[in-house]
Amino acid sequence: MANGETYFGTARGRVDGPAKVTGSARYAAEFAAADLAHGHVVSAAIAKGRIAAIETAAAEAVHGVLRIFTHANRPGTAWRDARYRDEVAPPGSPFRPLHDAKIVFSGQPIALVVAEDDATARYAASLLRVRYAAEPHATDLERQRGQAYVPRRKRTGIAPPPKPRGDAQKAFDAAPVRIDHEYRVAVEHHNPMEPHASTVIWEGDGRITVHDKIQGVQNSLGYITGVFGLSQKNVRVLSPFVGGAFGSGLRPQYQLFLAVMAALDLKRSVRVELTRDQMFTLGYRPATIQRVALGAAPDGTLQAILHDAIAGTSTFEDYQEVVVNWSSLLYHCDNVALTYRLAQIDTYTPADMRAPGATLGVFALESAIDELAYAAGVDPLEIRRRNYTRTDENEGKDFTSKELMECYRLGAERFGWSRRSAAPRSMREGRELVGWGVASGAWEAMMMKTSARAALTADGRLEVATATADIGTGTYTILTQIAADALGLPMESVTARIGDSALPHSPVEGGSWTAASAGSAVQAACRAVREKLFSAARAAENSPLANADPSHVRFVNGRIVLAADPARFITVADAMRAAGLERLEEEATASPDSATQKRYSAYTHSAIFAEVRVDAQLGVVRVTRIVNAVAAGRIINPRTARSQIIGGVVFGLGMALTEESLPDHALGRFMNHNLGEYHIPVNADVPAIDVIFVDEHDDKASPLGVKGLGEIGIVGSAAAIANAVYHATGTRVRSLPMTLDKLLPEKPAGRA
Amino acid sequence: MNRFAYLRPTDIAEAVRAIAADPSARFIAGGTNLLDLMKYEVERPTRLIDITRLPGLDAVEETASGGLRIGALVPNADLAHDPRIAARYPLLASAILAGASPQLRNAASTGGNLLQRTRCYYFYDVGTPCNKRAPGAGCPAIDGVNRIHAILGTSTHCIATHPSDMCVALAALEAKVHVAGPNGERTIAIGDFHRLPEDRPDIDTTLAHDEIIVAVELPAEGFAGHCTYLKLRDRLSYAFALVSVAVGLAMDGDAIGRARIALGGVAHKPWRVPEAEALLQGRPPTEESYAAAADRLLAGARAYRDNGFKIELARRAITRGLAQAASGTPQSQTDKRIR
Ligand SMILES: Cc1cc2nc3c(=O)[nH]c(=O)nc-3n(C[C@H](O)[C@H](O)[C@H](O)COP(=O)(O)OP(=O)(O)OC[C@H]3O[C@@H](n4cnc5c(N)ncnc54)[C@H](O)[C@@H]3O)c2cc1C
Ligand code: SF4
Repeated sequence: MANGETYFGTARGRVDGPAKVTGSARYAAEFAAADLAHGHVVSAAIAKGRIAAIETAAAEAVHGVLRIFTHANRPGTAWRDARYRDEVAPPGSPFRPLHDAKIVFSGQPIALVVAEDDATARYAASLLRVRYAAEPHATDLERQRGQAYVPRRKRTGIAPPPKPRGDAQKAFDAAPVRIDHEYRVAVEHHNPMEPHASTVIWEGDGRITVHDKIQGVQNSLGYITGVFGLSQKNVRVLSPFVGGAFGSGLRPQYQLFLAVMAALDLKRSVRVELTRDQMFTLGYRPATIQRVALGAAPDGTLQAILHDAIAGTSTFEDYQEVVVNWSSLLYHCDNVALTYRLAQIDTYTPADMRAPGATLGVFALESAIDELAYAAGVDPLEIRRRNYTRTDENEGKDFTSKELMECYRLGAERFGWSRRSAAPRSMREGRELVGWGVASGAWEAMMMKTSARAALTADGRLEVATATADIGTGTYTILTQIAADALGLPMESVTARIGDSALPHSPVEGGSWTAASAGSAVQAACRAVREKLFSAARAAENSPLANADPSHVRFVNGRIVLAADPARFITVADAMRAAGLERLEEEATASPDSATQKRYSAYTHSAIFAEVRVDAQLGVVRVTRIVNAVAAGRIINPRTARSQIIGGVVFGLGMALTEESLPDHALGRFMNHNLGEYHIPVNADVPAIDVIFVDEHDDKASPLGVKGLGEIGIVGSAAAIANAVYHATGTRVRSLPMTLDKLLPEKPAGRA
Repeated sequence: MNRFAYLRPTDIAEAVRAIAADPSARFIAGGTNLLDLMKYEVERPTRLIDITRLPGLDAVEETASGGLRIGALVPNADLAHDPRIAARYPLLASAILAGASPQLRNAASTGGNLLQRTRCYYFYDVGTPCNKRAPGAGCPAIDGVNRIHAILGTSTHCIATHPSDMCVALAALEAKVHVAGPNGERTIAIGDFHRLPEDRPDIDTTLAHDEIIVAVELPAEGFAGHCTYLKLRDRLSYAFALVSVAVGLAMDGDAIGRARIALGGVAHKPWRVPEAEALLQGRPPTEESYAAAADRLLAGARAYRDNGFKIELARRAITRGLAQAASGTPQSQTDKRIR
């Protein structure tokens, strides 16, 4: 029953595009109810200590205020930590909003003021008087690095560093060419366009419907039922549209807790929406201090890799991500020692942020490889090819596919790398120094167990459904394409439904696994429908397919056609009618193949080339060209795929040049908590980005042959830009972002 | 945001009476700064006096002395694109276009721009102390996150900067601010309009509470042939200046005749040093001349924890700005390449 592919692999506009641009797509804070009350969160001004008192009288006196929740009067919730631990929680003791008088991070929610309207809640919140008993806090990773430890309990799904191979220190000491430096990346916050919000609709019969900004409705569902002791059948979580999240919506955030708590207590609908400033009190990409030491032969062949990372985490959870493992994954080397440690600081727990870990580790590694190239006098692209590895040496496995070499070749060709002059500061145009840099990228190609439902109706319409999310990635569109192809229907006849906890099980949308996972599940469900449909078609009276075998037919244009004689067919509608079927519904589950997983490693790869122009005296950097060549298996939709890579590159550009949450360690607080002062790249900062998808055949990573694209675009971007800046200026900046002060040719007093 | 009364006076006299009657009333024009401050609880006015319907404040008119008089309600965008401004005062047009975003420039008024408040992080965060917001509370910026703060004219009470781009150009052009109060009109030289923090960082300007800005007047000399506005910031658009420089030169043959230089992003007011400008008079347009002027402009500059780079950055920006102006190749605000 092989089917031709009409849509798979073709560029398609977003099926949810019209809803988004006309405003009919509604987001978590846009749902209303007649009895809707509004909650405003009050945030702690200190980083550590206790609440001595909260005076609420003035706020309570405001007309329209319904209730002020604090630790002193909050309703009871579950006792055990396990109840608060969501699907992606790191090991530790999850934060419980309003639990007690203890303050463990600056900006911690300490009260929720609920009123008839948002303005009243906000105004009343400003009348709260809080007295604190502050205790000394520690928020500076530099100062806490001495306390760094190897996390005792590992975070599920996060591979710890591989066991050492060979004798890295000895090989390093003996190596003729050596590089040994520290690299730093500042804290970044996700800053999706849509602030976090939850609207809880009180249905009146003990049930609640929750509109949550979340990347996994069933994660919120599990959290709510666990924490508030509710039955699954009484809670439905919806998140059909998400205005960006980048990882900030993987874990239920505190506004969800507060909104549900208030709704249950007040027995009415409640919305809690965070302010932009409060978005800086959520999880963030942790600051890291990394040391990379590379030893090589004179021709640049690696002989030793030592990579140590110290990352910040909170005092209550051991947040972990894969930072260092990339160093021995991307290159062949016999002597490898990788370590990853955490140091506790008094902030909220860091969170996964687009390509968590890889962005950090690959920045350090790919900067160091670049430094090694100059030290050895080898072209930076050539040194990467020279140390290429065809196997995953961390796990001793083959790759399901790896076309990184082709990324290097095609990317270099498009970029014109061969015209690069080797020496730093050797390419100048007027007052500007021109620099070209390259970096590699890698990200794991994961697939997660996911279920989906497909329902075909007699009018020839198909609905496919799974509980996953579309955070702007194009999930709706690719699921529609996959389903349309599976049943030979036009895309217009297919509707994808997602973001509803009542739908078949899906993990959170993260890790770039959604296309492979939800896509495979939808395909499997459609195939199950197809089989039933085929049986019905064959059994129909005078069926032209009466004696046909499944392999003899094709599903095209709403018809089931004999492959050998396309003039003989039965329409889907006729087949259904003949069988007396109004609706054909099947559910299927797609899981990764564990035998394959044991033998193979699956990764996406990229080679990213950057051109920068730096004003020689003023240090102002302009990124003028980017080519990113990506090997990610089959591409379902080149248009949405390209958008993902572009978005990733822009994210990387921000990491490289502008984005930084500035902590005041005396106050234990991030200070630039708004989009005016936290600088996300604007149009003027972003050049033309040329995306190449390299042909990569992969029949193992997932049933669809796809690997996922949400994250690979950012990995390597910052290093490519940093390497280009070095090539332009001869100044190696090892701490991101590379603001112009770090590039002023003679470093004046002040910032290190 | 606190609760407030809302008034919409119909003439200037009524507006002045209303503000004089209530020490915690505020005028509101475009609202692009004031509303943010209210949402952050930094400003809690009891009364908002909406001046946007006041008659006679929305025009750009010729003055008898050959300059232009800009009404306080003229939007920043209209001003920058006014053909007379573009032709005769390109420095001013350029400075306005270097700031904010098109949407903000559409909403922002000339008077409001003059009175916009510092972007010091602490000032906007009521969870932290700040002498400007709450006199006597302390200044965490002095030993804190002060990368964007002042290097000149600071005090032990406050190291905030004035964030406007437009005002830097106005300072170089020696504009005058016309204000009206209970006792009639008066004129304040732009150089005297903004003040240094000293021991009263809560007071930004010499405008009295009961006064309203009615117009900004530009003198005839616009330095149209030799000027530039060079703004250096943390991204290529839509960020406040780390350092900016406005330059207007009158060339005298091959030499510099008169020079005006004002710096933004370095002090609590646009920074001008007439002695530095005098150093350029009659000098050839060379790096050497520029360096001498830069040294004089930056004399006494002080580095705090994070902002020491501004001293060197300002030095280079001055030099480059002078070179751009002298050669008649002003900085473009659309092409982000620095000339
Ligand atoms: C995100 C962002 C980025 C920005 N970037 C820049 C930038 O790069 N460069 C730059 O220069 N600016 C920038 N701005 C600031 C912007 O220029 C100012 O907010 C604007 O000029 C203020 O004008 P307004 O009419 O909106 O003032 P309002 O907010 O209405 O008022 C500001 C103050 O002026 C007072 N006021 C207004 N008019 C009068 C009057 N006629 N008489 C007496 N008092 C009056 C008000 O009482 C209030 O105290 C930015 C602003 C934002 C929000
Ligand atoms: S620099 Fe001025 S505005 Fe900033 S915290 Fe200090 S006193 Fe307040």
